[in-house]
Amino acid sequence: MNYETIIGLEIHAQLLTESKMFCSCSTKFGARPNTNICPICTGQPGVLPVINKKAVELAIKSALALNCRIEKSSVFARKHYFYPDLPKNLQISQYELPLATKGYLDIVVDGQKKRIGITRVHLEEDAGKLVHKGAARIMGAGESLVDYNRTGIPLMEIVSEPDLRSPAEAKVFMEALQHLLQFIGVCDAKMEEGSLRCDANISIRPEGAQKFGVKTEIKNMNSFRAVLRALEAEEKRHNEAKKSGEEIIQETRFFDDTTDTTIGMRSKEFAHDYRYFPEPDLPPVEPDNRWIEEIRNTIGELPEKKQERFKADYQLNPADAEFLTSSPALAVFFESCVKLYAQPKIVANWIMGDLTAYLNANNLSLEKIDLTPAGLIDLFKEIDKGTISGKIAKTILMEMLKSGKTVHDIIKEQGLTQISDEGELVKIVEDVIQNNPKQVAEFRAGKDSVIMFLVGQVMKASKGRAKPDAVQKLLRSRLQ
Amino acid sequence: MQNKTAHELHSLLTAKKISSVELTEKVFEQIEKVENRVRAYVTLTKEKALKAARAADERIKNGQDLTPLTGIPIAIKDNMCTRETLTTCSSKILANYLPPYDATIIEKLQAAGAVMLGKTNLDEFAMGSSTENSGFHTTHNPWNLETVPGGSSGGSAAAVASGECILALGSDTGGSIRQPASFCGVVGLKPTYGRVSRYGLVAFASSLDQIGPLTKDVTDTAILMNIISGRDPLDSTSVEKAVPDYRKSLVNDVKKFRIGLISDLMGKGIDEEIKKAIKAAARQLESLGAIVEEVSLPTFEYAVPTYYLIAPAEASSNLARYDGVKYGHRSKEFTDLLSMYYHTRQEGFGPEVKRRIMLGTYALSAGYYDAYYLKALKVRALIKEDFDKAFKRFDVLISPTAPSVAFKIGEKTADPLSMYLSDIATIPVNLAGLPAISLPCGFSNGLPIGLQIIGEAFAEEKLLQVAYTYEQNTEWHKRKPSFAKATEGKPTL
Repeated sequence: MNYETIIGLEIHAQLLTESKMFCSCSTKFGARPNTNICPICTGQPGVLPVINKKAVELAIKSALALNCRIEKSSVFARKHYFYPDLPKNLQISQYELPLATKGYLDIVVDGQKKRIGITRVHLEEDAGKLVHKGAARIMGAGESLVDYNRTGIPLMEIVSEPDLRSPAEAKVFMEALQHLLQFIGVCDAKMEEGSLRCDANISIRPEGAQKFGVKTEIKNMNSFRAVLRALEAEEKRHNEAKKSGEEIIQETRFFDDTTDTTIGMRSKEFAHDYRYFPEPDLPPVEPDNRWIEEIRNTIGELPEKKQERFKADYQLNPADAEFLTSSPALAVFFESCVKLYAQPKIVANWIMGDLTAYLNANNLSLEKIDLTPAGLIDLFKEIDKGTISGKIAKTILMEMLKSGKTVHDIIKEQGLTQISDEGELVKIVEDVIQNNPKQVAEFRAGKDSVIMFLVGQVMKASKGRAKPDAVQKLLRSRLQ
Repeated sequence: MQNKTAHELHSLLTAKKISSVELTEKVFEQIEKVENRVRAYVTLTKEKALKAARAADERIKNGQDLTPLTGIPIAIKDNMCTRETLTTCSSKILANYLPPYDATIIEKLQAAGAVMLGKTNLDEFAMGSSTENSGFHTTHNPWNLETVPGGSSGGSAAAVASGECILALGSDTGGSIRQPASFCGVVGLKPTYGRVSRYGLVAFASSLDQIGPLTKDVTDTAILMNIISGRDPLDSTSVEKAVPDYRKSLVNDVKKFRIGLISDLMGKGIDEEIKKAIKAAARQLESLGAIVEEVSLPTFEYAVPTYYLIAPAEASSNLARYDGVKYGHRSKEFTDLLSMYYHTRQEGFGPEVKRRIMLGTYALSAGYYDAYYLKALKVRALIKEDFDKAFKRFDVLISPTAPSVAFKIGEKTADPLSMYLSDIATIPVNLAGLPAISLPCGFSNGLPIGLQIIGEAFAEEKLLQVAYTYEQNTEWHKRKPSFAKATEGKPTL
């Protein structure tokens, strides 16, 4: 019998707000331990939470981008469990009435579009960070220290439907979600830094069956690779258990990325009754339609739609369209260039080639450099005019990026104008013929490919200022 | 001098007949005289008080920023956070707790120039009706030192009655201002839920808690309400609603006021002497021109059980933070995290607090939530509806504040249920979020009886007008406990 794998994901995304979910402390990452704290986020007696409106806005924005229904009234609830990283020993979250429900995200699997349901999107507060001395976890540690800087940072939880059918699909979904959240600017969405986290529920069932199998929950997947490896390991474990007749029990399992295996956690440690009840200190969240529409207008064109449009409007291939829509800044830059210079393919090649290489090599982003679309287009125009060669243009672009100078300034300063004086070129060609008798003889004996070597020599002698096709033409006429 | 009201003392202060420093020292003299018998306070802050008094005198001298509370000594229930001053909730678990911040009402009092004398005793975390649940000591009723002052704001009520302060703040979750006001013969107002900021009030039951005044007369209550009321951006449950000048409600006139006497609180379980006094008060209001009729609120009989699901449920959640990790008591007896939690909470909480944490935890547990907590919320809604109906016919409702006068210390400690029932008349008001005031309306065996007046949400003005009129036409509030003179210099208990 064949079994199919069923996976659902529970994602936590830190929202890009200036202040925390329920107090005005900074959310800045990397501050000294316990410096971004106040009576509220350390759970002093008598304090009360106040909802961060920006966090609600960003969560609504995300929910709209995920095609969710924004609920008319959603309610914060208290989720109880004792742990030292949770100052109140309860987390303010949402339970029965979340912020948004019933959405979806389209992903592409093996070239096919697949729609993954989003069950819900809700808001909650993050916990603090524990550091243990003498053991990996609090049990057995000689000493544990807690940093409350992260406590109360706004978290958005996104729960998917159990619509994913393989670990690879789960990974693609996470990548698409990351892209979306980054694109609309609500979250850094870096799994390695913990600003995007994911737990997974996985089970298997005979193909064609309706009933779900027993599921296990996998935690501690801190990268896309980990998502893939953890789920592959767990999928394998489920299938092998099925074969050997072993029973899979419903439990939470921890992914160990050093061994690529999942490890069952003592169920006692995680057998929680969270005793949810509505948070009496907070009013319900009731966003009116006008506010929702205002938020919707800030989203703009989503990556998927933009990609389709880029393919149609600019005749780009799917890979180029995907690349150029990978961030809003990049897409805007590309379109501004095309407006000034109606050759999308050339613009795309330059942006995806030399420009991106430079940004990657120097760990920069488009926002951080001085180059404007107009500046880049000036460079193209000089090539078209024949002032410079394509090869020289590459050198000039690097110089423009480094110094922030214009193409005209660089050409003038370095005398990089293409040789247009026939006499000057003839002189260089004659020098090359004279200095390379062996190659000249070979060419004359019929070895035509040697011409390229000679062209290279001329280009070198002219410091790249000659036009290669003109050089070749001239060489051939002189050697006949 | 310590038996005078704030408004009387304000005149003396502004006329420069006395200084705030003199007044404050006078009150501390009284505290020295009687405190070892009353035991109203947990912490006294004499030095800080005198410093505040000097600052107040400076303001009075300059005639600048004067408020009716400038230079007036006030006592604060010890469940309101005071920066760098112990805030214990009368619990061993917070015996050493120094808050890093001031409650909003503390900031308001400071801005008004009031002089804080210290922090008053309460039932641990405000859970109780006698102060016998205090983790430190029991407060004694100044009218009869063998009886309780009521609770949980028993320390504040006793301090007002014994002249150990001029006025005080208490908090009321199920009657914790009004019942001790009744037992100690003073005026106590529980404002509408949302009228006064709860920021800095250590939470017992968040949807029920409200801070309010305990004073010697209705005028002082109006004055204190003027200072503490209003929306606070730090408390999302505080309401954006203009604060009227409550002193404008101090009008001696109840003509045409429609007053409903709650018949459900005039039957079984209420002492005869109490009923007599309430009936007499009703007749007196009638003679002053009010229209008094009986009214029944049939859901009242469910109020106490409803309260004892909702309040402990919220309390079990609010008290989860006391774990020995961040502040307060941490047990020395532990081997790992779990045993630190166990021992800390076992040593830190008293029996009544533990009982309520267990009750509340149970009510919120999977499988029981619907049957208990959710059902309680539904009954709560019905109780509100009953009130809404009644307020279509009446301006205010009246009842006894408590079913009896102050009971003997130790009389009810063995029987939590009978203790819970002493709040039978006050609890429905908290469940509905309404304002209510208690004021003296008679005596039985030398102990004060309280009249409760209940209003619609944000109808504090009507309460104050009816209470003021009654007060102006009676003498009950002028009686003072004789003990202060009679027992002076006598051996302590």
